[in-house]
Amino acid sequence: MELSFTARNVLIGATLLGGLGGMLGSFALLRRQSLLGDALAHAALPGVCIAFLLTGSKSPLPLFTGALAAGLAGALLILATVRWSRIKEDSAIGIILSVFFGIGIVLLTYIQKLPAGNQSGLDKYLFGQAATLVVEDLQVMAVLGAIVLAVVLALFKELKLLTFDSGFAASIGLPVRRLEVLMTLLLVVVVVVGLQTVGVVLIVATLITPAAAARQWTDRLGAMVALSAGIGAAAGVVGSLASATVPRLPTGPVIVVVSSTVLILSLLFAPGRGLLWGLLRERQVASRIRRENLLKDLYRLGESGEGGDGGDGEDSWASWPDLMGVRGQSGGELERSVRRLIAAGLLERRGDSLRLTPAGLEAAGNVVRKHRLWEVYLTRRLDLAVDHVHRDAEAMEHALSDEAVDHLEEILGHPEVDPHGRAIPPRRQLRERRTA
Amino acid sequence: MSPTLVILLVASCVAASCALIGSFLVLRKMALLGDAISHAVLPGIAIAFLLTGHRAALPMVLGAGALGVITVLLVELFNRSRRMREDASIGVVFPALFSLGVILISRYAAQVDLDLDCVLYGEIAYAPWDTLTLGGTDLGPKALWVTGSVLLLNAVLVTALYKELKLSTFDAGLAAALGFSPVLLHYLLMSAVSVTVVGAFESVGAILVVAMLVVPPATAYLLTERLGTMLALAIALGIVSALGGYALARVLDASIAGAMATVAGLLFVAALLFSPGHGLLARLLILRRMGARLSGQLLLLHLQKGGEGLPADLLERRFGWSHSKLERVIARLLRSGWVEREGQGLRLTASGAQVLESTGRIELAHRLPSTG
Repeated sequence: MELSFTARNVLIGATLLGGLGGMLGSFALLRRQSLLGDALAHAALPGVCIAFLLTGSKSPLPLFTGALAAGLAGALLILATVRWSRIKEDSAIGIILSVFFGIGIVLLTYIQKLPAGNQSGLDKYLFGQAATLVVEDLQVMAVLGAIVLAVVLALFKELKLLTFDSGFAASIGLPVRRLEVLMTLLLVVVVVVGLQTVGVVLIVATLITPAAAARQWTDRLGAMVALSAGIGAAAGVVGSLASATVPRLPTGPVIVVVSSTVLILSLLFAPGRGLLWGLLRERQVASRIRRENLLKDLYRLGESGEGGDGGDGEDSWASWPDLMGVRGQSGGELERSVRRLIAAGLLERRGDSLRLTPAGLEAAGNVVRKHRLWEVYLTRRLDLAVDHVHRDAEAMEHALSDEAVDHLEEILGHPEVDPHGRAIPPRRQLRERRTA
Repeated sequence: MSPTLVILLVASCVAASCALIGSFLVLRKMALLGDAISHAVLPGIAIAFLLTGHRAALPMVLGAGALGVITVLLVELFNRSRRMREDASIGVVFPALFSLGVILISRYAAQVDLDLDCVLYGEIAYAPWDTLTLGGTDLGPKALWVTGSVLLLNAVLVTALYKELKLSTFDAGLAAALGFSPVLLHYLLMSAVSVTVVGAFESVGAILVVAMLVVPPATAYLLTERLGTMLALAIALGIVSALGGYALARVLDASIAGAMATVAGLLFVAALLFSPGHGLLARLLILRRMGARLSGQLLLLHLQKGGEGLPADLLERRFGWSHSKLERVIARLLRSGWVEREGQGLRLTASGAQVLESTGRIELAHRLPSTG
């Protein structure tokens, strides 16, 4: 693909920024300082203006230095306010962010009206105009980026300890305070690098969004930092290419939209932590519980002899409306459970009626056994009232393993009836039937 | 109405409505949710603008209100999924929504007068010239109508639900137990924030509305313990910031909204340093006074335990005090008449012994360095 000179600058800048932001964002995210980057970005603005007022130059280095100083001042003021007053952290961040930004706007508009200074070079720091990146900017970015990378690699072990257990870090003699300031300094550097590319508002997303996405895929810090940097860089590539090819598509916002999309996909699909898998597991458990309940209901209908009209074995058939009535479940749910049980050979259907097969009777008896043994346990060992144990047993019958329930039966001395006087299906009978 | 008066009135309305709602945000530790909402309403405004084709107030307020609620819902969704903490949730949601808004505007509304600068830091100076006309009659500046209605709305909300808001802010559990729905109040408050933000948007912009939402209430929070007083103070401080900001902007010939935030910041710093109850200076004084009293008591205890000989360098070593500090402590005790000089040494007086008796001696004893 043929890229213009500007587009190539943007591509390099956005990729650099994405990688750096993702890397440091991981630490910020884990240290619960996600919004510090946001505050730093806003706080940097007056620094840029003051640097311009002092030096009269629009070259990157003085402006970077000014932004760096102001951002660091903002960070320290937040820490100091929280530490020394009753103002909470969220308010402190909001105050520093908005007041520094306000001062920045005042200075910016003041500079604008000065005879010497048309401010066109400065307000790109506000909204980020990646297209105005020049080679000199990229050089500054590359040097700062290399420094940040080197520091993170050299102090990885220390930063890791600081991130996860700063108390322990202090106890083995690490200079925790100085490391924290160093971390903040690195964050400020990256934020300042990003100002020109994505602008004040969106910097926080280049830090946090890739890190939050990477967090879903791994529990290891090294992998998370690398992955986060990768996601950030990839978002930078996609964003700059998209804005180079589609007219009137600003780079910064596209980068953020891309990384946000990656985050959403990660939240849903990441193995282990993905919300979708959790949902699926929940549904599987719910459907198993419904099947076990259906088996149990059939068993109990057969037990109480409500299932039919008496003659030649007909009493073991239960009608569809009866079953729906037991738990008030919908016909659709019941139908799904029935189909799976028939497929498993535990149930047979005749017209509108259902009956447990011998194997089904055994499976159902197993569930009922767990239920009733648990009721016995609660009343005998925990002294619960007889009318208080049913609900608890409804939950436990789906959770107890076969081994646990055998053990339970032994502890209880092989009881024959539950506290309500109903027979507990004995294990021996079930096993015999299985062998028969 | 003179243009200056219009600007001052609009600024005061914005300041007062922000202060009312912002106080609850500060107390509920949700200042940053306000920040997030103020950015995230952008796509709502853009969509309303694209649908109606002009800057009509009502659709914009509705669009912004909807996006405000969506922001809160999304943040809570991420939060409750337990995959992200709240600060991270806020940090990913609002830039994403803001980006969508920017993309919508630059793709589809680039030629019209909904420009980004205005969205970010507003332009209150134009307020007097943008008038509302209804059926041919000029009803006055539009911004005044918008911000005035928002102020009225917030005032009604806070007055009507004062008790509920107060209770759920300070004790959400009790509020729920008494049958108020904290969730409902939460969303009501967030909708109010959205409406306030969008009302203030054109005047002060997205970021400076945060200054008005958070800074005056936080300043008031440093000055009082009572909610009612805090609300009144926050409103007063907000209006002072607005008026002072206007004056400052006039002097510097700079952005009015920026100057308002600057003045609000100055007021905050003043309160942070000099608040009688919570200022740094007051706390420093209290700490010094407590330190001085403790040192005096330690010396008294030491004298009582028989250290009357008082070679000064021994005391200096034992307590780790400098010579000048020792002198200061002795001078204070002499002035109070709790000790008296006796040759080279010091002696506990009767009143000194009594003072020692009345302060918890046991509590003090373990602070005294061992005399071994």
